[in-house]
Amino acid sequence: MNTPILEMKNISKTFPGVKALSDVSFEVSDGDIHCLVGENGAGKSTLMKVLSGVYPHGDYSGEILFEGKVQRFKGIADSERAGIAIIYQELALVPEMSIYENIFLGHEIRKGPAVDWNETIKMASEMLKKVRLDINPATKVRDLGVGRQQLVEIAKALSKNVKLLILDEPTAALNEDDCDNLLDLLRHLKQDGVTCVLISHKLKEVIKIADTVTVLRDGQTICTLDAHKGEVSEQILIKHMVGREINNIYPERRHESSDEVVLEVRDWNAYDPKLGRAVLKDVNFKLRRGEIVGFAGLMGAGRTELAKSIFGNPDGYRIAGELLIKGQPKRFANPNEAIASGVAYATEDRKGNGLILIQDVKQNITLANLAKISRRGIVNNNAEVKVATEYKDALNIKTPSVEQVVVNLSGGNQQKVSVAKWLFVEPDVLFLDEPTRGIDVGAKYEIYTIMNSLVERGMSIVMISSELPEILGMSDRLYVLSSGRIAGELMTVDATQERIMQLATS
Amino acid sequence: MIFKDLQKALRQNIRQYGMYIAFFVIIVIFTILTHGIFISSRNIANLINQTGYLAVLAVGMTLVIVIRYFDMSVGFLSGFLGAIAAIAMANWHFQSWAAILLVLVLGIAAGLLTALPIARLGVPAFVATLAGWLIYRGALLLVTGQTGTIIISDNFFNSLGNGYIPDIFPKDSVIPGIHMLTIFLGVIAIAWFLVRDIASRTSKKAYNFEVPPIGVYILKLVFMAVLLGLITWVLAGYNGISWTLVVMMVVVLVYDYVSKNTVLGRHIYAVGGNPEAAELSGISVKKITYIVFASMGFLTALSGILFASRLKAATPTSGTLFELDAISAAYIGGVSAAGGVGSIMSSLIGALVYMTLTNGMNLLGTDIALQYVIRGIVLLGAVIFDVATRKTRS
Repeated sequence: MNTPILEMKNISKTFPGVKALSDVSFEVSDGDIHCLVGENGAGKSTLMKVLSGVYPHGDYSGEILFEGKVQRFKGIADSERAGIAIIYQELALVPEMSIYENIFLGHEIRKGPAVDWNETIKMASEMLKKVRLDINPATKVRDLGVGRQQLVEIAKALSKNVKLLILDEPTAALNEDDCDNLLDLLRHLKQDGVTCVLISHKLKEVIKIADTVTVLRDGQTICTLDAHKGEVSEQILIKHMVGREINNIYPERRHESSDEVVLEVRDWNAYDPKLGRAVLKDVNFKLRRGEIVGFAGLMGAGRTELAKSIFGNPDGYRIAGELLIKGQPKRFANPNEAIASGVAYATEDRKGNGLILIQDVKQNITLANLAKISRRGIVNNNAEVKVATEYKDALNIKTPSVEQVVVNLSGGNQQKVSVAKWLFVEPDVLFLDEPTRGIDVGAKYEIYTIMNSLVERGMSIVMISSELPEILGMSDRLYVLSSGRIAGELMTVDATQERIMQLATS
Repeated sequence: MIFKDLQKALRQNIRQYGMYIAFFVIIVIFTILTHGIFISSRNIANLINQTGYLAVLAVGMTLVIVIRYFDMSVGFLSGFLGAIAAIAMANWHFQSWAAILLVLVLGIAAGLLTALPIARLGVPAFVATLAGWLIYRGALLLVTGQTGTIIISDNFFNSLGNGYIPDIFPKDSVIPGIHMLTIFLGVIAIAWFLVRDIASRTSKKAYNFEVPPIGVYILKLVFMAVLLGLITWVLAGYNGISWTLVVMMVVVLVYDYVSKNTVLGRHIYAVGGNPEAAELSGISVKKITYIVFASMGFLTALSGILFASRLKAATPTSGTLFELDAISAAYIGGVSAAGGVGSIMSSLIGALVYMTLTNGMNLLGTDIALQYVIRGIVLLGAVIFDVATRKTRS
């Protein structure tokens, strides 16, 4: 058990102006599930890129030993040949190709000069069996959910005779069921002799599955803990990750209930012509002034669809039902009308459709409400810098200047820019879709604090989240969606994770 | 010290300055190879008049590419609209201004029509505008079919492509052979540039933004002032500022201002940078698509007018390959097909580089076959440079 399969010794890696890794040592025992945790920017991804050869030998200092031999990877092909495979958060599958084509893409099984499709399909079925995915290998990847796509990625790694499997935030996009399934699979693979390094922000699952945990902070190894000696708990991990103790992950809020209903939806139905099915069925809910209402549910339950159908319906659903804003019946034909009526929606996918990554912080913050800093259609550039700087300071966005391009910011700071953008339109109702996905503990706390100060000032927030503790920690009241219907409404004080899951899977 | 600063400034802004340096090098090479004929007043004036129609097309194409589309139809649309202007004046007895107005309105209408299937039905822009390419080519042949080339005899119309602004100062009153109004305007342009640039630096400093060190900055100001002065002097030595240059500069300055400083400009670049995010920010991507294609149509009409005016005629082949020239010029200017990136001023330089190559090689009597090859290599080289420098920055 205790022979190391991988030893990384005294690894240092410098980018222009930043020391990303300084003297990091990282040791993984053969057959372990080893979790790597740390805040965003702690150096986890950099370390894995050094290992996989994305940063080739010579680009860093230090030594890598794999199976006892010194390795000098010049590229990903080298590390794969040695038996190391990495699965990134952004999946690298070709959606238009079938599962079996994807699994053997890049290392096709040949018969003479041609691809041996029969053997490929047979082998692919075997790989799918190993990841316990019972599905026709001819299915197109496009037609699979995120959870199953992840399994296909793992099958692809297994087909390369992987000895060390590295998963970078594999559960960030998964719902609870798919998460559990994945963790189960990792335990299973462990028995088959595959060693696993798991990078994760979700400490609960780390505690559930890890044999060993290594904490990185600011490019340094802080400690390596043995789970079997009881060294691992959420408190301890957080303490090491942030370098201080956070006793309460969710900041306190003065709760002042109000009876004024700012938004109400009655018998709301939405049909998606692209999918050819109804995505929302008879949804009724209310949002009061100064309230945070949580929306829980599994992936595909209709939470994002609900927010978008209210927010000007950009995806072109066919909608029936009533929408009342402060008691007035409304129907928004496009997001612009929704914004004008004080409704804002910060998307779940900040990189995909939330921010304009190639533009700078100030341009992103002002985009949705340029009229406010313009006269007769001409933007006042000085005013723009001024307001952007105000938001940067108020939300503690860590950037050298508001002229920094957003793509260069960390996930947490990008999320703050996204929030700032919607605060700039001064909405009464703010939909936050997965506001803390993929960001670290410290940044989460800051987002929660911002949310609290907003509702204390009279704004109302709808929070959509797949993380149940977050829903329970932040909402005053919550709704559970299941298959496009409201499966239940709970007061947070009465709710438990088990109760929510029960409703979500009903 | 100043040399070190200069090196640093160049390294940091290689993308921005690279094109200017390349342009400068090309001019020097042609000047040497042609024993100075290239840089003569007469040739520079000629070069600018040749560039006019391409520059306005490149400006429009830049915005189209910024929002991630292409417009293949502009070449023959330009030829077709030029022919309509000629017919309006020759057969329908339109005044020249009325013919120009008619054609500009038709251009906007054609642009909106091009945008319709793209914005409304999601037809790929390449296909929709390729259809336009075929249709307008047919339309051009149709309207010029009976007579072939249509001669334009209207003096006002023809002066757009061939005429120069009159000198308000009496001829030879100050310096013999020098166009004094041109000198006067040149001095105003230099003063305006200096005032604007210094004001912008001061305001940036007030916000604690990084500004280039004072030594480098003064060097840049002196360089730009001398450059503008030289251009002014060269132009004043022939007939002065041409009407084509006036049209071109008005278009470029207005578009540059709109693209950088207005809400509309911001929305266009936002749609290019991330259409989904723009839509969710309350920007109508459809509306922006219509506006950008309408602007393309308007500028296409303008280019048709400039080209017909320069030839003093409309021909059945007018507009051939203009669309690819415009796309090339925009790419030499550093626009990105990924969307959201590209500046109007750079595309103007791109158009000038492109025309300089043609003009210079014609002066040298280079074989036309070789000219195509060289233009292709320059286009590829410019884009490679652009892609490479973009990578190192991020």
